[in-house]
Amino acid sequence: MKSEKNKINRITKKEGLKLLKDSDLLGLGTMADNVRQKLHPKGIVTFIIDRNINYTNICINRCAFCAFWREEKDPEAYILDKKTLFKKIKETIALGGTQILIQGGLHPEFDINYYVELLKSIKENFNIHIHGFSPPEICYIADKMGFTLKKTIKVLKEAGLDSIPGGGAEILSDRIRKKLSPKKIGKDRWLRVMEEAHKLGIKTTATMMFGSIEKPEDIIEHLDAIRKLQDKTNGFTAFIPWSFQPGNTELAQRTAYSVQRKNALRRTHHAVRYGATAVEYLRALALSRIYLDNVPNIQASWVTQGLKLAQIALRFGANDFGSTMIEENVVASAGVKYMVSINDILNSIKGASFKPAQRDMYYNIIQSY
Amino acid sequence: MSLKKIENKILSGRRLSPEDAITLFESDDIFTLGRLASRVAYRINGNNAYFVQNHHINPTNICVNRCKFCAFSRSKGEKGAYELSIKEIIRKLNKGQRAKGKGQRAKGKGQDKLNSSLVTRHSSLPFTEVHIVGGLHPDWPFDFYLEMLRQIKKSFPHIHIKAFTAVEIDYFSKTSGLSLTDTLNALKNAGLNSIPGGGAEIFDAKVRSKICPEKIRGKRWLEVMEKAHSIGIKSNATMLYGHHETYKHRVEHMLKLRDLQDRTEGFQAFIPLSFHPKNTRLSKTVHCSLFTVHSNGIDDIKTIAVSRLFLDNFPHIKAYWIMLGEKIAQLSLMFGADDLDGTVIDEKITHSAGALSEKAMSKAELINLIKKAGKVPVERDSFYKPVNSLE
Repeated sequence: MKSEKNKINRITKKEGLKLLKDSDLLGLGTMADNVRQKLHPKGIVTFIIDRNINYTNICINRCAFCAFWREEKDPEAYILDKKTLFKKIKETIALGGTQILIQGGLHPEFDINYYVELLKSIKENFNIHIHGFSPPEICYIADKMGFTLKKTIKVLKEAGLDSIPGGGAEILSDRIRKKLSPKKIGKDRWLRVMEEAHKLGIKTTATMMFGSIEKPEDIIEHLDAIRKLQDKTNGFTAFIPWSFQPGNTELAQRTAYSVQRKNALRRTHHAVRYGATAVEYLRALALSRIYLDNVPNIQASWVTQGLKLAQIALRFGANDFGSTMIEENVVASAGVKYMVSINDILNSIKGASFKPAQRDMYYNIIQSY
Repeated sequence: MSLKKIENKILSGRRLSPEDAITLFESDDIFTLGRLASRVAYRINGNNAYFVQNHHINPTNICVNRCKFCAFSRSKGEKGAYELSIKEIIRKLNKGQRAKGKGQRAKGKGQDKLNSSLVTRHSSLPFTEVHIVGGLHPDWPFDFYLEMLRQIKKSFPHIHIKAFTAVEIDYFSKTSGLSLTDTLNALKNAGLNSIPGGGAEIFDAKVRSKICPEKIRGKRWLEVMEKAHSIGIKSNATMLYGHHETYKHRVEHMLKLRDLQDRTEGFQAFIPLSFHPKNTRLSKTVHCSLFTVHSNGIDDIKTIAVSRLFLDNFPHIKAYWIMLGEKIAQLSLMFGADDLDGTVIDEKITHSAGALSEKAMSKAELINLIKKAGKVPVERDSFYKPVNSLE
C-alpha cells in the first residue's frame, strides 16, 4: 500500500472492494497495521473519559435496528430532568471525565429552544466539552424551525455545542437506508450536516454500522463518501466502524418472521440473526484504516465487540479505544453489556504492547499512563 | 525479534525447541504467528473446522479440593452446593433427546428447517456426546460413578461418554483402593469411552501450589493419562493460562504433553483455557498487571498459535468458545485452531466464573461462525470422524 501522496496513490473503490471481498484476513490486517504504524509511530493508544447521556428515548424515527426508542405513551419512555442530568455531569467530572456525549431520540414536542436551553444550562454550570446531537437530530431541529442547516448549527454552537458525533450514518447508501431507517435522513443530508459543521469550525466524527443487510459495495460507498468529504473539509477527527447488534430489535425479528413465511430471504436472515462475526468486524475495520487515508484516527468499538476483540483491533488498524462510556444506554438495550472500568481499558492497551493515554475530542493528550 | 529461523524450521517440518516456543510467545508479530500456525493446521486438517453436538453434565459441585481459580466448587453443606442423582442425570439427557424428536416432527410437517432450529435454540438440543466432570465428592463411592455410566449407556446406547478428568480418576482410585489400571478398566467396562483433558492446569509445582494446592501433581496427571492411553482410552489435554504462570511454564507444560504424546499417541486435542477471574478467590490474589500480561485477546490467539506450532504431534487444537467467547474462538480458526468444541448444552463451570459467552450455541450458529472464517464446517463424533456432511 502506497500512501505517501494520498491522492495519487490512494486505493480506488474497485481495489477497496477487492480487498474487502477477497483478501485474507491476516494479509489485510498486516496492511492496516502498517498504515496505523505510519500514522501513529509512537505506539500510543488513546481513549477519552466521557459519559454518554441520552436525554430522551422518545423518537419518531423508530429505526428497525434500534432497541432504544420508545413511544411517548410507553411506560419506559423518559425525558431526563435537569437534576439528573447535572448529577450525571458531576459524576463524570469526578471520574476524570472531560466530555459528555449528549444524544437522544427525536422527540415530537421539542424545538430548538429545548436544545439551546439544555446546552446553555450545562455550560453555565460546568466546564465540560459538549459532543452532541448527531445529524438526524440536527436535521430534525432545522426542519422543525424552518432553519437552514447552517443557521441551526450556528445557533447550537453559540449556545455551547463544541463538536458533533458521527452517529446516524449507519450505512451511507440510500438503498440500504430505505430498508433500515426509512424515516431517518438520507445519505446526502447526513453528509451536508457534517460539511456545514466543518465549515463552521466544528469538528465531528463519523461512524459506520455494518453487519445488517448491506453488501460489500455499500461499505465501499460509505467509506468513499467519508473520504471525499474529508478531502474537502478535513473536519473528521475519527472514524468508528461498529457492527449491528441483533438482540431485541425489530430488524432481527422482522427478518426472521419473513423467512418463516418465505424461504427467499434465507441468507439475509442468517446475516441479521447473528450480526457480524469477529472476522467480519476486523475485516471492515482494517479496510477502513486502509481506505480512509485522510482520517487520522480509527476507533475500536469495545462496546459492541468486547474488550478482547477491541484489543485485537488495535493490530487491525485501530489506534483509539473510544470512550470509557461511564454510561451506555443504547447498545445495552440490545442486550450487549460489557462492564468495563478505566483499569480494564488501560490493561487491554498495555497487554497489546501499546502506551495508553487519555485524550480530549481533538486528540490532544491529557494524561499518559 | 525475527522469526525467520523458526519459520524455516516450520516450513521444513522440523520440530520446535522449547526456546523457539518462548521466542514465539515473546514476539509481537501476530500476523506471522497466525500465518505459520494456519499453515500447520492446514497440513494436518485441511480447511476443516470441527464441532460436536454435546451435552455437559456436572453431577455435583461439592469438592474436597477448593482450587483458588474455581468459582464452581462448594463444600458440603455450603449454600449453593448440589448433587444430582442418576435419575436426574438421565432426565436431563432425556430432555435433550425429546427436543430433538420435536424438531424432527416439525420438519416432517413440511416446515422450514430453520424453524426447528429456532424452536430448539438455547433450550435443549440434540447431541452425540455427553461430557461429564464434577467435584471430588467426599462421600460418593466409586460404584456410584460406575452405575452412572451403566445407566447412561443403557438409556442412550449410541452416545459417546467422555467423562472424568485425571483428577477425578485419581480420586476414584484412592477412595476405592483400586490400582489406577483397575480403576480405569472398571470405568471402561462400565461404558466410559474417552477422558476429557481437564485438571492439567499448569504442571509446574510452584505455580500449582499457588492456584490449586490440594490438586494432584502434574506428574500424577500425566501418569493417569499414560495409563488410560495404554489401555486404549483416548483423551484430551488442557492448559490453564493467564494467572501466575510465565511463558516458560506454559512451554514446559506443553513439552511434557508432547513427550507423552510421542510415547502413546493417545491425545486427541489440546485445549488452552484462558483463566476467568471473576468470582474466584484467585482474582483477589493475582496482581492486576500480572493478569493483563497473560489474559487478553492477543494472548489468547497467540497461545492458540504457539500450541499449534509446538505440539506437532497433536492432531487437533481446540478453541473452546465457552472460555474464549465466540468472537475470539472464531478468530482462533485463523491462528491454528481446527475445533470449536460444540453446542455445549448445560455448561456450568465457566459460567459460574462469569464467562460472558452464551450458555449453549445452536448448530446453525457454529456453522455460521466457521463459514464466516472461511473454513469448512464438519460436525464430528468424539473421535473426529465426520457425522454429517454439511452442504
